[in-house]
Amino acid sequence: MKARSQAAVLAAPAMAILAGVAVLPVLAAIWLSLHRSILVFHEERFIGIANFHFLVTDGRFWSALGTTAYFTAVAVAAELLIGLPVAMLLHRGGGLFRAAILLPWAIPTAVSARMWAWLFNADYGLLHRLLPGVDWLGSPRTALHAAILVDVWKTTPFVALILLAGLSAIPEDVVKAARVDGARPARIFFSVTLPLLRPAILLALLFRSLDAFRVFDAIYVLTEGGPANATETLSIYAYKTLLRSGDFGYGSALSVATFACVLAIGLVFLRFLGRAEERATPATGVGRKAGASNR
Amino acid sequence: MKRAAVLVFFLGPLAWQVLTSFWPEPELTRALPHTLTVANYAGLGSTFARAVLNSLLVAAGTTALCLAAGASAAFAIAKLDFPGRGLLFGGALAISMFPPIATVSPLYLILRAAGLRDTLAGLVLPYATFALPLTLWLLTSFFRDLPDELYRAARVDGCTPWQAFVHVFLPLSWPALATCAILVFIFSWNELLYALSFISTPSKRTIPVAIALFAGEHVEPWGQIAAASVVATVPLAFLTLLFQRRIVAGLTAGAVKE
Repeated sequence: MKARSQAAVLAAPAMAILAGVAVLPVLAAIWLSLHRSILVFHEERFIGIANFHFLVTDGRFWSALGTTAYFTAVAVAAELLIGLPVAMLLHRGGGLFRAAILLPWAIPTAVSARMWAWLFNADYGLLHRLLPGVDWLGSPRTALHAAILVDVWKTTPFVALILLAGLSAIPEDVVKAARVDGARPARIFFSVTLPLLRPAILLALLFRSLDAFRVFDAIYVLTEGGPANATETLSIYAYKTLLRSGDFGYGSALSVATFACVLAIGLVFLRFLGRAEERATPATGVGRKAGASNR
Repeated sequence: MKRAAVLVFFLGPLAWQVLTSFWPEPELTRALPHTLTVANYAGLGSTFARAVLNSLLVAAGTTALCLAAGASAAFAIAKLDFPGRGLLFGGALAISMFPPIATVSPLYLILRAAGLRDTLAGLVLPYATFALPLTLWLLTSFFRDLPDELYRAARVDGCTPWQAFVHVFLPLSWPALATCAILVFIFSWNELLYALSFISTPSKRTIPVAIALFAGEHVEPWGQIAAASVVATVPLAFLTLLFQRRIVAGLTAGAVKE
């Protein structure tokens, strides 16, 4: 009993911090979302689910949800498609090559977005010099794709590293056996490597989808949601409502809605991951536990 | 060849930014600069130096707080039994998936009520929402890999759980603590949303905020922005090159069963 209570004391500070900065605020956000609360007017009044009533008819919310979903789907798909060949290159070794690839991941997203804003610059940007005529950030049609490109540049290294960990866990014997049986490289890739890599792919998908869905930094720096709200994601819309308009009630409702979406994505993926794990051969335990998240 | 293409894609934009930072502002309209200058760096001034210092303080504070609170908790989760053990670990994992925007409004009100809004200290606690779960995750898997016999032997020799942690396990965990410190430092150094939401005084801005809001009087000072970006990137480039093995191991910890 004494050991048990000492153990609880060892864990208490971490528990208290997490309760104070994460659990309590999320509950408080739900509570705030049931209020009309405008900071500057010092107004706060319980209005039940009226904010959510407004939310389902708010065209700007649905547009932001669509933008966020599109951003997430396209960015994560591109990161996976580029990350896989990069992981296979990394698998052949080269510490310096690995460190070089890690650089985009390590620098602040705000910095990389500013860097890309200069590349995209409609007058003197490098992309403009190489390929004149495209106003990357100025046109509603290209601005979201420009933001996706920045996200792909920044986070593909993370995807490649997760996939590299999965590749390293595939026993060489399996690949050798397939080769002895006369399988061509393409056949080995699709019939051996890819199925065994499935759990690592799902894990990368989980981390990146959750992360891409809350995208804020890159878009805030590149366009602040413009032009004409074409790049406004849920986090950007909620941020503007909270801190620009000072509307803490509806802003909290938007935050809670974002939270619910992320929760739903997480649960769906964890289900898939659980199934993949059941099916995975004992050789690869990839996906057994969730790994460090990427921000 | 393939490697070259990959390197151009990932390092090319950085190289262009470095070149821009030495590019004289009046020559930006040219295809390439005729001369190079350090004027962009010299022009950054004390406000940006302040931002570097602020970022250092906040990132170091977050790292210290998370290691102090996280190491003992991770040890308890890995080796001891106490009520709420599963809840703490599962809860930390769930919290690491929270979108930060979900907690901006209540944290703003809480920090304001506590007089911590618009202070650097007031950033450290919110940063624990992402940094502490990461710490718990990395250190718990590290302590789990150490043999249980070690703990039992310490107990037989008369150590309390606390003494076993301080005298037996902590001295063994420097590599894991270092890995964890590097990752927490990088994530805190890079954070934008909380810093943007809770800090309003320009002299208290962190680097990501300073760079996001960098504005000139008339035109965008691209050369200076590039110089500021390079200054913000250099410490991270060093960390990455020096500790890439640790960073990769930490990022993919648990992605693969040993």
